Amino acid sequence: MDTLIKEIDYGTPKSDSTRMVTLEIDGHQVTVPEGTSIMRAAMELGTKIPKLCATDSMKSFGSCRLCLVEIEGRKGTPASCTTPVAPGIKVKTQTDHLADLRRGVMELYISDHPLDCLTCAANGDCELQDMAGAVGLREVRYGYEGDNHVFARSNGSENFRYKPKDESNPYFTFDPAKCIVCSRCVRACEEVQGTFALTIDGRGFASHVSAGMDEDFLASECVSCGACVQACPTATLTEKSIIAKGQPDHSVVTTCAYCGVGCSFKAEMKGDEVVRMMPYKDGGANEGHSCVKGRFAWGYATHNDRMMKPMVRDKITDPWREVSWDEAIDFTARRFKEIQTRHGVGSVGAITSSRCTNEEVYVVQKMVRAAFHNNNVDTCARVCHSPTGYGLSKTFGTSAGTQDFKSVDKADVIMIIGANPTDGHPVFASRMKKRLREGARLIVVDPRRTDIVRSPHIEAEYHLPLQPGTNVAVVNALAHVVVTEGLVKRDYVAERCEPDDFARWEKFIADPKNSPEALEAITGVKAEDVRAAARLYATAGNGAIYYGLGVTEHSQGSTMVMGMANLAMATGNIGREGVGVNPLRGQNNVQGSCDMGSFPHEFTGYRHISDNTVRDLFEKVWSTALDPEPGLRIPNMFSAAIDGSFRGLFVQGEDIAQSDPNTKHVNSALESLECLVVQDLFLNETAAFAHVFLPGTSFLEKDGTFTNAERRINRVRPVMAPKQGMQEWEVVARIATAMGYPMSYSSGAEIMDEIAKVTPTFAGVSFEKLDRLGSVQWPCNDAAPEGTPTMHVGKFVRGKGRFMLTEFVATDERTNRSFPLILTTGRILSQYNVGAQTRRTANVAWHPEDVLEIHPHDAEVRGIREGSMVSLTSRIGAITLRAVIADRMPQGVVYTTFHHPVTGANVITTEYSDWATNCPEYKVTAVQVTPSNQPSDWRTEWEQRETEHKRVAIKPLVAAE
Amino acid sequence: MSDHKEIQRMANQIAKAFGAYPEEQAIKETANHIKSFWDPRMRKQLAEIIARDKTALNPVALAAGRQLGLG
Repeated sequence: MDTLIKEIDYGTPKSDSTRMVTLEIDGHQVTVPEGTSIMRAAMELGTKIPKLCATDSMKSFGSCRLCLVEIEGRKGTPASCTTPVAPGIKVKTQTDHLADLRRGVMELYISDHPLDCLTCAANGDCELQDMAGAVGLREVRYGYEGDNHVFARSNGSENFRYKPKDESNPYFTFDPAKCIVCSRCVRACEEVQGTFALTIDGRGFASHVSAGMDEDFLASECVSCGACVQACPTATLTEKSIIAKGQPDHSVVTTCAYCGVGCSFKAEMKGDEVVRMMPYKDGGANEGHSCVKGRFAWGYATHNDRMMKPMVRDKITDPWREVSWDEAIDFTARRFKEIQTRHGVGSVGAITSSRCTNEEVYVVQKMVRAAFHNNNVDTCARVCHSPTGYGLSKTFGTSAGTQDFKSVDKADVIMIIGANPTDGHPVFASRMKKRLREGARLIVVDPRRTDIVRSPHIEAEYHLPLQPGTNVAVVNALAHVVVTEGLVKRDYVAERCEPDDFARWEKFIADPKNSPEALEAITGVKAEDVRAAARLYATAGNGAIYYGLGVTEHSQGSTMVMGMANLAMATGNIGREGVGVNPLRGQNNVQGSCDMGSFPHEFTGYRHISDNTVRDLFEKVWSTALDPEPGLRIPNMFSAAIDGSFRGLFVQGEDIAQSDPNTKHVNSALESLECLVVQDLFLNETAAFAHVFLPGTSFLEKDGTFTNAERRINRVRPVMAPKQGMQEWEVVARIATAMGYPMSYSSGAEIMDEIAKVTPTFAGVSFEKLDRLGSVQWPCNDAAPEGTPTMHVGKFVRGKGRFMLTEFVATDERTNRSFPLILTTGRILSQYNVGAQTRRTANVAWHPEDVLEIHPHDAEVRGIREGSMVSLTSRIGAITLRAVIADRMPQGVVYTTFHHPVTGANVITTEYSDWATNCPEYKVTAVQVTPSNQPSDWRTEWEQRETEHKRVAIKPLVAAE
Repeated sequence: MSDHKEIQRMANQIAKAFGAYPEEQAIKETANHIKSFWDPRMRKQLAEIIARDKTALNPVALAAGRQLGLG
């Protein structure tokens, strides 16, 4: 049985110094890096010096006065948390004098703290209680009649110091009566999260923790990351789940199922019920930090909406019929085989999910290639990061970010392009913000003034608010400045890059048509700012680029990725810590689903299916002949479905009807299918068009791995049995078997062993190794048995880096008098992707509906006020939603999210796509906004489908029952 | 029969993306791209476009199609 994992708290952070210091603590010698606190040095020896305000996730503070020690030859009793070690000193952590002092301090704390320990939610996990025990507190001589924060009424009258519990946050409570004002929550909010929502207000005995301007937590700037709750040594900040259920009794380390940061969590359990998700300190991606989604929004996994039984139906207008697994699997296999007989081998295919494990994805693509005998497999990365794959492969030789997250600690200048990390990748954003507060400089390239442009203690030196659709023009202008102002790192380029390609690129980019001045009219960015930003990036030391879907989701997404790669190579910013070109991946396993051979042209590890050597290997291991021709990508599948050459589709854990652009086109494609199979937790939008529904497993039931944006392979461990009775890969393997290609696995580990066997970059990966090391970053093989945190060190994966020509070609989507504004879409912190998970949690408290952000001027000329309903119309459709006036929007650009299907943001998004990968151009749709007082036709249509297409037949009662 | 507007747009778009390269190389890159990433039925549609109306494609896309034996 697993035990409850408790990481060691060393009290103060680790020192990075390489100079070592030896000292003596309680007669024992200990050697630690210079700069280590005495408290930490003592803990290295296993000596726990009593403490309350210290914890090793934040800098020492020295306020609780409990960790006092004596040092031979020094006066007084210094605090061990703030006193660094020194060579040869002799420290005593326990003397009669120290014991008296500590008891005295504890007595004061407890004199203003309720004594309801037995009924307190922190009972069993309270540092205050532990310390009272540790220092031997036996009495409180001061009584409770005096001034206090504990009782609502004191001495017969109202106690003005008392504040009632704040229960506004859906996930945790704040009980000021239990606060000891140790400042851990305030410091966690500042140092760990970087939001600065909390402060200590007042002085002396009036000191108290204040959220925002003494508001309730929900109304304050608090982003509900949970760092303060985690840091609180008492029951002042407590998870509501702990209050409801009590303390956990065991825990399992696993990986969050939300964004591409891939945080490690301890799933803290009672029986097979999760009571709390706690960020895991030894998790490589997050090192003990979390955000509101991973920490709190896991309730969807057991939501009532979750489907537990396989279901089938002949027509999508029929009600669903619950069937056995065998019947659902046979139904699927039979339908797919019939379709192939009638319409050819290429008439069926599958879409894999970035929300599923590597093992589950691998098995689906294997089913397509080996059992369907074609290559019609694609993954949802098609609509997010496929240009990253293309662009980085062309220039560097492999499709992945170049760094680990920790690398940002060594960056001197950070350029964020088309990404909004504080919303999309919050835990990495906290790391980045920490580095920015330490002095790294910041350039933000984004049409919107995203939060990171200016937030507490952070300000971008240059914000380049470009016109949506002009990324390539901006990156060309930046590179033009680097080349024409002599900022190219010649030695680096000569040693590391293809000389002919560089020479051609240099000539191309130096052309005056690529100068910031020439492009100013197109990009809308001041030429002088572009010049200054380019100089800063090229000369300020380590330059690191981080980018998101604002780069990829354009008709020139792939060109832009190559443009950034060119810029990084020209300035020598690839191949060491602190630099790099780093995609921030949207979903938890985008990297992994791409690695696992989900693209129609590639096997695992990005090897083209036309490569005979590679295909031979797979044919041998899989014992079947394989098709050497590329298959259909997702948008091509839709077109082929409408054309009639594509009739059967298996969709694993994705909601293409909501997430993909031009919803009407997608829906008519889905309606054309003869057999649509959906494997998911919920009857999602896509399932409205499905003939087979296969209930899936939540991340709490999966046994596998996720690979995050830094190529880190993390274990996903089951903390409970699959609630619907079967692992997802088993369902898929049984479908393949029923179609005539026998497939069977006994565990996730066995699937990973096969992946390792056929994939050189995964050759050294096994569950055993992951359990031993915690995680590894691919490539992991004989050359790098413990993985590769930084790529392209010494030389590029493709040998020499290749500069690609990046001609700016404007998108065909243009504004005109009928559609004068540009719509970009994106997401926000509390919701995730199509919202299937987060909408089924209390996160709706922060974002109950999709809204349209519009610049005050654009709103005013249209007579739109804050909160009014507006109609948002593009060339292909119209929706209605509420307007929010936002001066962070540039004039002429509006923004919304796609988290709620009833809004239908993708009903209006354009059908244009990236030239190389068909990644849709979500970020540029010409629209008009007008006041509206009626729901859109889409809403009516959606509501009708919601009731008609998602009906489940009630089983008739038979006599025997 | 569908007019394959989308295939037409995609082929032209690929050719334009290689617009900065010398024509011969742009044709080669475009042809390679189509061969590497397009399902055979999409290539067949490209052939149909070329058979029907050569002016539907820009010169690089047309030459790439021909290089692939599609016209």
